[in-house]
Amino acid sequence: MNAQSQLSGSERFDVAIIGAGVVGCAVARRFALAGAKVILIEKGSDILSGASKANSAILHTGFDAPKGSLELALVQAGRQEYLDIHQAMNLPLVETSALVCAWTPDDALKLEGIAEQGRQNGVDRLRLLTSAEARTVEPGLAGNLVAALHVLDEHVIDPWSAPLAYVNQAIALGATVLRQCEVRAGAFDGEWRLETNQGDIRSKWVVNAAGLFGDHVDARLGFQSEFQIKPRKGQFVVLDKAASRQLKTIILPVPNEITKGVVICPTAFGNILVGPTAEEQDDRIRATVEHDTLEALVTHGSKLVPGLAHIPVTAVYAGLRPATEKKEYRVIHRAEHNAITLGGIRSTGLSSALGLAQHALKLHGGADRGEFVSKAAPKVSMPNLTESRPRDWQAENHGDIVCHCELVTRREIEATLSSPLPPGDFGGLRRRTRAGMGRCQGFYCNAKLAEISKGCLATPLAVDQEDGK
Amino acid sequence: MSQSDVIIVGGGPSGVAAAIAMRKAGVGKITLLERERYLGGATRHCSHSPFGMLEFGRVYLGAAYGRRLEQEIAKHDIDLRYGHSVARLGEDGELLVSNPDGLQTLSAKRVLVTTGVRETTRAARLVSGDRPIGVVTTGTLQSYVAFHNMMPFRRPVIVGSELVTLSAVWTCLSHGARPVAVLEPSSHSIAPAPLSWFPSLMGVPFHHDAQVVDILGCGRVEAVRIKRGDIVETIECDGVLFSGGFTPEASLFLTSGLAVDWGSAGPAVDQDGRCENPRYFAAGNVLRAVETGGWAFREGRAIGTALAADLLGNPAKAAPTKVTYDDPIKLVVPNLLRSGSALPGGLKDFQLRFQRRTKGTLSLSIDGREVWRRNATWRPESRIIVPRPNNSTGAQRVHFSFREEE
Ligand SMILES: Cc1cc2nc3c(=O)[nH]c(=O)nc-3n(C[C@H](O)[C@H](O)[C@H](O)COP(=O)(O)OP(=O)(O)OC[C@H]3O[C@@H](n4cnc5c(N)ncnc54)[C@H](O)[C@@H]3O)c2cc1C
Ligand SMILES: Cc1cc2nc3c(=O)[nH]c(=O)nc-3n(C[C@H](O)[C@H](O)[C@H](O)COP(=O)(O)OP(=O)(O)OC[C@H]3O[C@@H](n4cnc5c(N)ncnc54)[C@H](O)[C@@H]3O)c2cc1C
Repeated sequence: MNAQSQLSGSERFDVAIIGAGVVGCAVARRFALAGAKVILIEKGSDILSGASKANSAILHTGFDAPKGSLELALVQAGRQEYLDIHQAMNLPLVETSALVCAWTPDDALKLEGIAEQGRQNGVDRLRLLTSAEARTVEPGLAGNLVAALHVLDEHVIDPWSAPLAYVNQAIALGATVLRQCEVRAGAFDGEWRLETNQGDIRSKWVVNAAGLFGDHVDARLGFQSEFQIKPRKGQFVVLDKAASRQLKTIILPVPNEITKGVVICPTAFGNILVGPTAEEQDDRIRATVEHDTLEALVTHGSKLVPGLAHIPVTAVYAGLRPATEKKEYRVIHRAEHNAITLGGIRSTGLSSALGLAQHALKLHGGADRGEFVSKAAPKVSMPNLTESRPRDWQAENHGDIVCHCELVTRREIEATLSSPLPPGDFGGLRRRTRAGMGRCQGFYCNAKLAEISKGCLATPLAVDQEDGK
Repeated sequence: MSQSDVIIVGGGPSGVAAAIAMRKAGVGKITLLERERYLGGATRHCSHSPFGMLEFGRVYLGAAYGRRLEQEIAKHDIDLRYGHSVARLGEDGELLVSNPDGLQTLSAKRVLVTTGVRETTRAARLVSGDRPIGVVTTGTLQSYVAFHNMMPFRRPVIVGSELVTLSAVWTCLSHGARPVAVLEPSSHSIAPAPLSWFPSLMGVPFHHDAQVVDILGCGRVEAVRIKRGDIVETIECDGVLFSGGFTPEASLFLTSGLAVDWGSAGPAVDQDGRCENPRYFAAGNVLRAVETGGWAFREGRAIGTALAADLLGNPAKAAPTKVTYDDPIKLVVPNLLRSGSALPGGLKDFQLRFQRRTKGTLSLSIDGREVWRRNATWRPESRIIVPRPNNSTGAQRVHFSFREEE
């Protein structure tokens, strides 16, 4: 295990962050940059064990966010900071743009209103297009398109490397990261004592970024929870990379009240995904895929983009949105208890995470009060996993390739296994390298990965490895 | 950039046989690119399967067959390169190749693609449930055992009833794992009796009309829910093995924008094994799922022979005619026909498969005239061979009809 996993009882932290989803990772980085002594506590075997492991990976502009909402402000702040730092961290930005597509005359009537809201939200690069114009932007769209709104600044990013980069920077600044560490209770007597399965943690402040468990964690900290999480599942199908020849733009539906609806979206890795659905459920952990829904998504994709018919499915997945009774983020600042809750970050958290982190630092006030001395940002550069820029297999002397479908080299896998925050489970290994994520889903490489990752993963790939053989 | 006469992509039985056949036919520079460090392709991990009887006159088990291919190829002057993974096929025969030293572009007058098959994944089957560790295919299980001496589970549920399913059951039993059940979604076993009796004989329950409707588990698989008729039951297990459902490894064609036949899911090829883009040829299981190693070897040799003759002229110009067929025929290979091409070797027969089990009359007509017919019970995945008449290549319309009974 890595150096970050040791906890010494006497240590006192300035800020303890509960939950290493994208929000917790961003918050850890922001406080570490501000000079605070940070601990990030995650109950899963790796970071991104909750809502953040499965999303559409769109860096939103906020064009359709509720006017004047905190969500809008933080999406825009988060997006701006991402644009500012992504190059230095070697994080991708795929400038796909998005087309809000109206497939009925009724929907077409709504486009003007959506454009107007976008402009009021400060998103200027919007164009109303006729069907013919939209089809010059995206020739793959079906012929029955009525009209579209082109949102030029909606982009796609790598949803896993970004939070990993944030946390890596926090680690480089001395932050402690604990995994498989669950906060069970907390008590405040001028400072926090958090009870975990790895012992007690003492910290002046606590930030609850527990996503799907935000309300439970508030209760564990002794607060009357002000919101209730109502998980909303989104299922996806990921189409073979061959699909990327058919589509370059994010295809959004005209939104209705409940959700942004099913999108057809290029990924930074060169696939096309179709999803997500929006299904309310009580379970906060199980995010199952369902055959009939997946089949409907496949059909939907090829109805809107006929060239997608026959393209094989590479992967299927589902994620849970930490929704609550209200659409708005549930940010609660309990100054008298040195506690901040970043709850209900439902469907835009990837975009807003860096904004939420700035906001949390402001609410904390320590930087303004001069409690910490801010630090220079240490250099963190992520290995590129996206198709839009050169990958390791294209580099000189890259050695053997292990995963042929995603062209992942052995040295990439070995590097990640010995990185400051190595993958804690197979999902983490896949997210960090893409190994096993391709069209054969491990037919060719799974056994090799089992060999290479021996002793590194919470659930090993081979059963023999469990007996320590 | 270095130019070869022919580049072969893939060193399984078909690629190796084609290389040797072309060398014997006098082709100059032949380059064989294989991304692994060995020859043999899929046969390499089929540790207990016999190969080689027809081509080498004796039986080799799994990896030994691949080693024999390595010996054979060494006898001929072939530019064999291991660790070379082809990433893109260019319109004009230029290939983007990744090798341990870096990237390179290789080009040839003709390219032969022999990349084989793999099994359909759980994802592509759109199976419901959680996505825990321990859900694999037979090929993966075989690689665990053959290359790493490990096992991905101890008590798997196995889905399928093809020949490869029996191989999966045997691999489990001979490596300390005990399958909990074998499930076939359709009403009949795909492998014929008496082979289909094998799981039951070994004491492993076999259910037809049974499918996995839910996979449960957070870390590793903990159970599956299966549906048999109207009954849903939960079976505890520590893995799920999806066997068979073979599909050609045609991703190079798909991602490079070269024509794929949606029936076979492999590259569209004509009677010489030539693709729509006439610089490209394909042979072996990439043409269709699924044949034996011996078949792939002979097909590689036959298409290699045609390719060697084709090299003497310019790439064929004639636009191909598409072979058409009725439902529930799944595929026909060759699926294209080109007139004016009479080369030695190539595909002498049409190969067909059905999507499902059915009874009825299959017939072939050429320009509206019926030239062949047969009434039978047709099983999915089993080989159907129809002799290809000589006049089929000049025809306007070549069509397979099917009249289902009842
Ligand atoms: C289907 C779908 C599509 C989406 N698409 C987009 C998109 O395109 N663009 C975008 O910007 N956003 C998108 N989102 C939203 C985004 O994914 C979420 O807003 C974001 O992931 C929320 O992150 P989080 O850190 O708040 O929560 P989480 O990721 O759930 O993180 C919380 C973490 O806390 C841990 N935890 C919980 N309890 C405890 C405890 N007691 N002790 C220790 N640790 C604990 C959990 O294990 C978890 O890792 C999408 C979401 C979904 C589900
Ligand atoms: C799990 C499994 C079990 C099987 N069991 C049997 C059995 O018991 N008996 C039997 O007769 N047949 C079996 N088969 C069928 C098998 O496909 C054939 O026996 C035979 O291997 C087919 O030969 P091939 O030359 O068409 O392809 P393969 O043997 O699959 O060879 C393809 C080669 O191409 C290489 N390759 C692929 N893509 C690239 C690329 N982009 N660049 C460079 N190289 C590449 C691969 O590494 C591989 O070596 C099995 C197949 C599978 C998948």
